[in-house]
Amino acid sequence: MSAALIIEQVLNGFQLGVMLFLMAAGLTLAFGVMGLINLAHGSLYMTGAFVCAWVANATGSFWTGLALGLLASAAAGAIIEILVMRRLYDRDHLDQVLATFSLILIFAEGAHWLFGSRPLYLNIPDLLDGAIALPGGGGYPVYRLAVIGVGLVVAIGLFLLITRTRLGMRIRAGESDREMIGALGVNIRTLYTLVFALGAMLAGLAGVLVGASQSVQVGMGEPVLILAFVVIVIGGIGSIKGALVASVLVGLVDTLGRAFAPSLLALALPVQAAASVGASVASILIYLLMAVVLAFRPQGLFPTHG
Amino acid sequence: MSDALLSLRGLNKTFGALKATDDVSLDVASDEIHVIIGPNGAGKSTLIAQVAGALKPDSGSVLLSDEDVTRLGVPARARRGLARTFQVSSLIANFSALANVSLAVQSHQGSSFRLWRSASRDSRLREPAQEALSRVGMAATRCDIPVDELSHGERRQVELAVALALQPRLMLLDEPMAGLGGQDCINMTAVLKRLRGECAILLVEHDMDAVFALADRISVLVYGRVIASGTPQEIRASREVQEAYLGN
Amino acid sequence: MAKHRAELLVNLVIALALPAAALTAWALGESFYVSLVSRVAILALAGVGLNLALGYGGMVSFGHAAFFGLGAYAAGIFAFHAFDGTPVISWPIQIMGAASMPVGWLAAIVVAGLAALAIGAISLRTSGVYFIMITLAFAQMLYYLAVSIPTYGGADGLILYLRSGFPGLDSSDDLTFFALCYALLMLAIFITWRIAGSRFGMALRGASRNEERLAAVGISPYPIKLVAFCISAMITAVAGALFAELVGFVSPTLMAWKMSGEILIFVILGGVGRLYAPIIGAAIFILLETLIGGITDRWQFVLGLVLLGVVLFARGGVMGALTGRARHV
Repeated sequence: MSAALIIEQVLNGFQLGVMLFLMAAGLTLAFGVMGLINLAHGSLYMTGAFVCAWVANATGSFWTGLALGLLASAAAGAIIEILVMRRLYDRDHLDQVLATFSLILIFAEGAHWLFGSRPLYLNIPDLLDGAIALPGGGGYPVYRLAVIGVGLVVAIGLFLLITRTRLGMRIRAGESDREMIGALGVNIRTLYTLVFALGAMLAGLAGVLVGASQSVQVGMGEPVLILAFVVIVIGGIGSIKGALVASVLVGLVDTLGRAFAPSLLALALPVQAAASVGASVASILIYLLMAVVLAFRPQGLFPTHG
Repeated sequence: MSDALLSLRGLNKTFGALKATDDVSLDVASDEIHVIIGPNGAGKSTLIAQVAGALKPDSGSVLLSDEDVTRLGVPARARRGLARTFQVSSLIANFSALANVSLAVQSHQGSSFRLWRSASRDSRLREPAQEALSRVGMAATRCDIPVDELSHGERRQVELAVALALQPRLMLLDEPMAGLGGQDCINMTAVLKRLRGECAILLVEHDMDAVFALADRISVLVYGRVIASGTPQEIRASREVQEAYLGN
Repeated sequence: MAKHRAELLVNLVIALALPAAALTAWALGESFYVSLVSRVAILALAGVGLNLALGYGGMVSFGHAAFFGLGAYAAGIFAFHAFDGTPVISWPIQIMGAASMPVGWLAAIVVAGLAALAIGAISLRTSGVYFIMITLAFAQMLYYLAVSIPTYGGADGLILYLRSGFPGLDSSDDLTFFALCYALLMLAIFITWRIAGSRFGMALRGASRNEERLAAVGISPYPIKLVAFCISAMITAVAGALFAELVGFVSPTLMAWKMSGEILIFVILGGVGRLYAPIIGAAIFILLETLIGGITDRWQFVLGLVLLGVVLFARGGVMGALTGRARHV
């Protein structure tokens, strides 16, 4: 285990964490502000990735693809908010789960229709191609560092938005008292649509960022969605701060677990056994983390109320 | 130690800067009706919640027959004979009155893990439940109707019947008269009066006619503190109470 | 009372429809359709399991595929070792494999019961959205665990070359196998009916509607819900074991989030908290899959639209539409 390897894996962990935060932020906002559990968030992630990849392949420009991908996911978010979600705010969670599950099916099949059944590939923009040297030897892709940077910028932006702007004030007011904000004359419907579209755009951004380093295909959203659920359960549902802390925690634990669990276990077990047990342990590590957190803090690390 | 059934010893509870319960100590004897009065926001509901076990005090203790129950939750205290009613009726909405009361009966019989025999045809459940309902004056014809279709007054009766069916040693009644009209109020007072001696009652109430008709002892709670405690005559005569509360 | 009688009649029709369909297909020599009806019965059984937790206990589990999959793996692993002639476990006691359905069912029940005890013990400390997400997450955990264990095929799954036997019956015969599935389905419905009407069932329904009230009368909601969750998981696990025998194949996909969603669909399409509803839900699902799936591979698009329509406009599912709102206790 060289220092360079550890640094590389820690950076990878941060990258996963940042990406999870982009997903979790939208989910936790939707729950905190509208009381909505949205399973279709992974579909918005997929939408961003598909539109970006398709446009980038057609025009040859990653940046045009990125812009349209973000636009498409935000628009898709706004449309499903207007058509479906706003009918669900006063329903119980079961109805929300079922309706948004239906949306997953519709989006997945829609993507098959529009983009075909084969995965699309998205190239990293030239600007971000290449690697920088790590202390202790080896290189680290610039693109991955850029992803971490984008995530941090978005996190800071979200904090400023929520703590410093009128929109953020309205979001926080909506969180604590829906009727109050209605009485103050804020157009709550528009606010909800905006919040939802914002969350959708962040999911789309995550989809684009991941799409450029992996393939873009139907079904790419749901595994990430479930990880994002783990994140917000650990962080405390409705808390942006909790989402950020838990994202990084989950990203690091998962990445470092996969990288090092087999070799750590090899200290105690035969190498062959350590490799297979290590792989199993690594794959369930974050769920165990969630279980431990819940055992001590059922409301997550940063409970928002109660 | 003492002959009190319920003893509160130096209970404190703060929410942020607000002292909702401020060093409250009081005793309820096993056969008395002890009424807590006080203006709105005096901390009566917070106190009740700590006695019932729904809230943990920051410090102080709750003793039930000299047993320290401060760390016990709501169900454990209920099983030790502490039954409560809620200020806002909290029944299981689409259960009938009989089914609501039956739950209390089966809890008292310790039989909630019987998975096979039909509950609705079980006379060991039905009969005690029916009896509790008739004791609170519930018309037999109304017992099989879902409680969300009953009148407000009837739901208050069912609340009380649920508590009775636990055959409690202490009943904790949070404003049982709330929202009741004149005749319903009189009926409820009469029902409570008949319970005297059967179990102790700690009653929070605003209706002063009912308070003075029922109380053996009264404690006055203002800003989370007990400012006076005594017989109805003593409370009526106390200048402090009149200044703080009754006089205005 | 009229409503009550309508529901009884509907239940009777539903209960008889499955064997009628199976017998008709058999008489016409269409063994594929006999198997299809078996599939409906098995998926309905999975739904009946979930219905106990969801419909009566108000626990929105989005992780029941875990128990379905565990049941399938339990049966599959016993059969696999029987074929191999190796023990399933050799420590602390040696348990040999067995290509026998009752053994597979028992294994499914034990394994799923233990898993549900662990998952439920943690998940039930929370409620609402937390519960949904946590059950989903734990199911995903088991999914990845199954993928990571190469002994039983990992992501590729495990092929069962022969259907396990049942004492005294020829289980490889399609109609006999259907009869077994149907018998277990009806048994599970009967068990659910008894439990729902028992003292435990009263407490469970009380817990789902007003935990505060239940606690105030001295009944702790947590152990009640936990026991119901475990029983629910065991029933769904038996369905998983049957499913493994039906298709002769076990894979991690059975534990995937999508399967959890589908089990929920069986219950909700039919009508939450109605005894026979999962049969309707599973039948509609299979019908859509067979009819529309025959026209286009994209049949789930239609399924999505149908579901969305049911949630937004026809709450109460098919049973709700047929028999009116849920009866009172």
